[in-house]
Amino acid sequence: MVVHNIYVFDREGVCLYYHEWLRPKPVRDGAGTQSDDQKMMFGLFFSLKTFAAAMDPKSKSNAQLGAPLRIGENCSFYSFRASNYKLHFYETLSGLKIVLNTDENANDLRELMHYIYASIYVEYVTKNPLNEPGKPFNYDTFTSALNKHLRLIGQL
Amino acid sequence: MPGIYSVFIINKSGGLIFNKDFLRPSNLNLNDTLRLASIWHSLHAIAAQLAPNPGCTGIDALYADTFTLHCFQTLTGTKFLMVVDPNTPDIDTILRTMVYELYNNYVLKNPFYEVEMPVRCELFDTNLAASVALLHRRWGVITADR
Repeated sequence: MVVHNIYVFDREGVCLYYHEWLRPKPVRDGAGTQSDDQKMMFGLFFSLKTFAAAMDPKSKSNAQLGAPLRIGENCSFYSFRASNYKLHFYETLSGLKIVLNTDENANDLRELMHYIYASIYVEYVTKNPLNEPGKPFNYDTFTSALNKHLRLIGQL
Repeated sequence: MPGIYSVFIINKSGGLIFNKDFLRPSNLNLNDTLRLASIWHSLHAIAAQLAPNPGCTGIDALYADTFTLHCFQTLTGTKFLMVVDPNTPDIDTILRTMVYELYNNYVLKNPFYEVEMPVRCELFDTNLAASVALLHRRWGVITADR
């Protein structure tokens, strides 16, 4: 399995962390600049969440397309597969969102996403006393723990 | 429990031209359904633009907690969407063969049908409902008789 890149966003939409391992198509051909790419990514999964909540066939109430969504209450998507990549999405109840792009043959990576949050992000970022929430971070410890874990499970 | 919840067809400009619900009535009114179809059309294109690999043609499947949405895009830009239960097998094949074939035979070959316009072909409706009912019977899904 090939891992392409990872984004971490907070609840306001600020991209706190971005790392890429393999990106054959440069950002220039896609969104243009790095910050446009991050904003577009946030917009994409924000709209997909609204879409999934509205489409949910098992929701009790009549769906409200424009209403603001509460975290954890509605049906949310956790992954989508495009023709040559797969995007995995994980949202915590505090609004932190982790997005991981892999190749299209990946299986359900919900456990991996949960591990990345609980054992890597919480340990190296939340528990870091010098971390300012809401500001982008770039700690080597976080990156190397992430690399180490991905290498451990054979993904890198 | 496998099951097909609904089928949508979106034309190449992003407008909804066909929608049908099975198993249970949808809790969305027509306006919201039209809006959702256009939203999907745009998100499909944005996902292709944001791809880390070149040559992406858009979203094929969306996996959510209570449903999976499969999308088949033809070379002409028409999209066939199918909202199914997560345990439903072979949906890609069903979309490409069953639904696409019915569309070709009862909609495109209908001389009175204008392309890109809403689909109002009774034969397509009845045959699609019959094929979906057959699949539900094969999977052992209990449906309310309408």
